Amino acid sequence: MASEIMTLNMGPQHPSTHGVLRLVVELDGEVIQKITPHIGYLHRGIEKLSEHRTYHQTLPLTDRMDYLAPMHNNLGYVLAVEKLLGLDVPERAKLVRVIMAELTRLKSHLVWIACHALDIGAMTVFLYAFRERELVMDLYEMVSGARMTSNYFRVGGLSRDLPAGFEQKVQEIVDTFPGHFDTYEGLLTKNTIWLQRTIGNGVISAEDAIDFGISGPALRGSGVDFDLRRDLPYSGYEDFEFKVPVGENCDTFDRYKVRLVEMRESVKIIDQALKKLKPGPILADAPQVCYPPKESVYNSIEGLIHHFKIASEGFPVPEGEVYMAVENPKGELGYYIVSDGGNMPYRMRVRPPSFVNLSAIEKMAKGSMLADLVAVIGTLDIVLGEIDR
Amino acid sequence: MAENNRAVVKLKERFADALLEYKEHRGEVTVTVKKESILEVLKCLRDDLRYNFLSDVTAVDYLGQEPRFMVVYHLLSIPNKDRVRVKAPVTEADCSIDSATALWNSANWLEREAYDLFGINFKNHPNLVRILMTDDWVGHPLRKDYPLQGPDREPYKGRLS
Repeated sequence: MASEIMTLNMGPQHPSTHGVLRLVVELDGEVIQKITPHIGYLHRGIEKLSEHRTYHQTLPLTDRMDYLAPMHNNLGYVLAVEKLLGLDVPERAKLVRVIMAELTRLKSHLVWIACHALDIGAMTVFLYAFRERELVMDLYEMVSGARMTSNYFRVGGLSRDLPAGFEQKVQEIVDTFPGHFDTYEGLLTKNTIWLQRTIGNGVISAEDAIDFGISGPALRGSGVDFDLRRDLPYSGYEDFEFKVPVGENCDTFDRYKVRLVEMRESVKIIDQALKKLKPGPILADAPQVCYPPKESVYNSIEGLIHHFKIASEGFPVPEGEVYMAVENPKGELGYYIVSDGGNMPYRMRVRPPSFVNLSAIEKMAKGSMLADLVAVIGTLDIVLGEIDR
Repeated sequence: MAENNRAVVKLKERFADALLEYKEHRGEVTVTVKKESILEVLKCLRDDLRYNFLSDVTAVDYLGQEPRFMVVYHLLSIPNKDRVRVKAPVTEADCSIDSATALWNSANWLEREAYDLFGINFKNHPNLVRILMTDDWVGHPLRKDYPLQGPDREPYKGRLS
């Protein structure tokens, strides 16, 4: 019987395309022959916009890229600017950043497991994971006032100190979340349908993963033992003990297991950070860069002028260029900033992990069935906001 | 010191004529090479010094300077846990450079993005078409002379490098 290639448009609003992704899939029966991804529907122009804003004004743009992990985007950016400035931040600010970054990893991975399970047909896990995610969102709201666009970190430290009762709430998460992970594993890890849909699906070898620039849990799922937090540490991560999980079979199931273990390790890091947390300053002693305390702004003309000057003019950054990458839940999120000595970045480039990871989708899904493509998209954990920027 | 960096030592030995500049700033080493040698330099860094992971390819528009563009590569060595930045100047008149897709597949989309947003042609790229903007889009939005607020607006006349 003669076969004919059929072209199928998947997305941009297909439930499994996680935002606005359109895949033109060429099929021989149900077997994928070719995939052409089409991206570029959002066009927020964050890199261009940041060239016309001061360093502080650029910060709120960053947490809108990966809206599932806003504080990681903030963190990479402030670390890059601090590196350009040669500025060190106080110990308490570093620890709070680590706590918030790891809570963010939990939050992002919870959305991943929820959506990935839903894509494959497991509704219950979706409901459970979103229930737990709300607890982390409550903490976001406590510290930053927003549930999503946090804008909490600042160049030099934090925008404000932790509110009363925050540490107890985080401790509750540390105590209860491992039990929730057991529940997810109980629902999925030995579930026959889950195993058949994920084992041997979306395989990409370690060599290919490196060749395609895949990073984060997807790279570790392919057996590459590399994590920026441990291997090129930042923000004090070298002082924490945690395991870096790696996969063996380079498939969707391994990436699932890697992310689950990562969530357990994040809880351990948060626990260690909570124990180390001591009272102290949350901003560097750099009045030319950092906003003054709010009491000083409200109660003294000097404080008001200081605030106004930094808000309107920003601060000059010495000429130079830096690349600062953080281990965001999706992979290596890098900020390359070129300064010409002015108060705005001359060039700000974001190295987006989802963008680079997505480029390997054809390699991972070619030759498998159309239904498996849904699992591959889910296992890459892409966020289109970061891909289009 | 940049002189002692293993990438700089190797490149000084192998590509003395192509090496335009090397420096260290905030602990990061940047090597600037002639664009004609970019593929050989990247290949040497990948094969001899195990910078096996191409993190990023992008460009900077130094409008008002000559050469106008700088193509920037960020390499990571997973085994040695260090990074190096390689740059190659590209003129506006001959706005092209060899594609690194022959060395890494990750260069494919990253170079398409640099082509789309800066208009830099990557020679021998297997599919050099726009990736974020539509195929019929006029201009390259990340160029400094492209209006911030989009087409049909006044070109940006503010900051030159």
